[in-house]
Amino acid sequence: MSQTVISPASVGGPTKREITTQPRVSDRVFAGIVTSGALSSLVILGLIFFFLTFQGFSVLRTQGFRFITGSNWQVVQDAAGNFDPKATQFGIGAMLIGTVLSALIAIVVAVPISILSALFLNFFAPPFLKKIMVAVVDLMAAFPSILFGLWGFFILMPSAEYWAKLLHHFLGFIPLFQVDPPIYTRSPFIAGLVLAIMVIPIVTSVAREVFSQTPPDRIQAAYALGATRWSMIRAVVLPYGRSGVIGGAMLGLGRAMGETVAVYTVLNVVYQVNWHVLLGAGGNVASMILLKFGEAGPEEIKALMAAGLILFVLTLAVNSLADLIVRRSGGKGR
Amino acid sequence: MTTQPLTSSLGEVAKNRFESKIASTQVQGIGLEARGIHAWFGDRMVLEDLSLDFWSGTVTALIGPSGCGKSTFIRTLNRMHEFIPGAAMAGQVLLNGQDVYAPGTDVTKIRLKIGMVFQKPNPFPSMTISENVLAGLKLAQLKVENKDDLLEECLERAGLWTEVKDRLGAYGGSLSGGQQQRLCIARSLAVRPEVLLMDEPCSSLDPGSTLKIEETISHLSSTMTIIIVTHNMQQAARVSDYTAFFLSEGGPGKMVEVGPTGEIFSRPKDKRTENYVTGRFG
Repeated sequence: MSQTVISPASVGGPTKREITTQPRVSDRVFAGIVTSGALSSLVILGLIFFFLTFQGFSVLRTQGFRFITGSNWQVVQDAAGNFDPKATQFGIGAMLIGTVLSALIAIVVAVPISILSALFLNFFAPPFLKKIMVAVVDLMAAFPSILFGLWGFFILMPSAEYWAKLLHHFLGFIPLFQVDPPIYTRSPFIAGLVLAIMVIPIVTSVAREVFSQTPPDRIQAAYALGATRWSMIRAVVLPYGRSGVIGGAMLGLGRAMGETVAVYTVLNVVYQVNWHVLLGAGGNVASMILLKFGEAGPEEIKALMAAGLILFVLTLAVNSLADLIVRRSGGKGR
Repeated sequence: MTTQPLTSSLGEVAKNRFESKIASTQVQGIGLEARGIHAWFGDRMVLEDLSLDFWSGTVTALIGPSGCGKSTFIRTLNRMHEFIPGAAMAGQVLLNGQDVYAPGTDVTKIRLKIGMVFQKPNPFPSMTISENVLAGLKLAQLKVENKDDLLEECLERAGLWTEVKDRLGAYGGSLSGGQQQRLCIARSLAVRPEVLLMDEPCSSLDPGSTLKIEETISHLSSTMTIIIVTHNMQQAARVSDYTAFFLSEGGPGKMVEVGPTGEIFSRPKDKRTENYVTGRFG
């Protein structure tokens, strides 16, 4: 056997060629504009996160875990009138529970209504009514939240108080619906209802969009098998739209958790851990920040920033969870 | 092979009656009869005055160039036409003598009796193979004694049983295109239709799958009425007993000629039919 030079090609088969393209200048400029647009939102979000962390970190360090679990908010000054970081207590535990509780109530109420509205708009509404209703729902999404808050306070609360009493009367044996002392106004339940009305347009828009994208050939297949409208919706539209509706609900949940003014109007900010949804006590993180911000001293401001940071992380966590759920349930039905 | 032998006795009756009166305007009260069908999309008339009989145990092929109203016609038969916004129709479709467009008719019952297989395979992707086959029962809220038997029977008749019997729990989307189309045929059979409409069922399939579906059609034709729209002249010649030639000459689509498949392909009466089947246009 003669000596041969072994080239890389004869060892590992043919070498892979590097494939390159030379983009045009105009293409590169456009790519740059698009990229900077996309990055700017990421940068702004990062800066907000950095700002909140920077401001709130010292409070988080001195308060430790108590900041999340505790329910006291007391600024203590020593004899000379100086801020006393040791004795001062900042705890947003009650507010966190209030945030989650009222947001969950909002979702439980809003999602079924939204799904039904979306199905109505797509499959039942006559065209003229559909046009009007879509416009109204979209308008609702853009409505200032203070107006929802005022409406909730003056119009909804008296009725909701009665519903709350009914719930308590018939379901009071469930700890969640216990009320003691009997204060029915300004409860997480009522805040949840107001939030539900604010969340409905968001979830409805998303659900309407995904339902309308149901492949028509599947709808026709169902009808050709003798389906009624409802059985077609159950077999085709709902499985197809499920992941989208979950995504919409999570978007709404994020909105409900971050809502400030409307909740501030209808919910008592009370530093007390309250699991009883009908009882008039609670508050959420965002409305607490609004409440305290006006008269807060420099140290308290830092604590409010820390509270903002926690809310930021909570919202982020909910969105990531939503993403996970959508991806998990996405494959089937699509 | 041009004309399929008619196996069932009903088929014989049909053949005799059909040949005595190819496109009658009188109502016989048996099988599926279309009488004076017109169809519109908005203001545009797409089908004009079409009368045609379909008998149990026969396969009728509808041929003609694109846009001549073949698909529109079969969609008027099971009332799928009305799903298109602006669609309208005139005339009568009689199933065993009953007008399917009569006021008060339960349209879901009509579609149970007149099943449909579409151009593109459309199994329900959220359902398994067996759930797909039995989907019609759930959709139309029908009760069946033994679902497993029905499942096997339908897949067997659609020529798919041996290929999928070990993976009935797999999702419908995991099958090949040809298998998906046979799954759709099995799904249509599960509600026991009297008539099966097939709208170019093989146009998106490879020759092997096409052959399998043609075999399936041959098997099914002994027990039911099959109407198949096809662009493939060989397919029409292979599977059908009768062929109707549709044509649109600028205006709405009309039926030029109908007759036993052998005659349409060997000695058509109309010059336009001859030009089309010999491949001179279309």
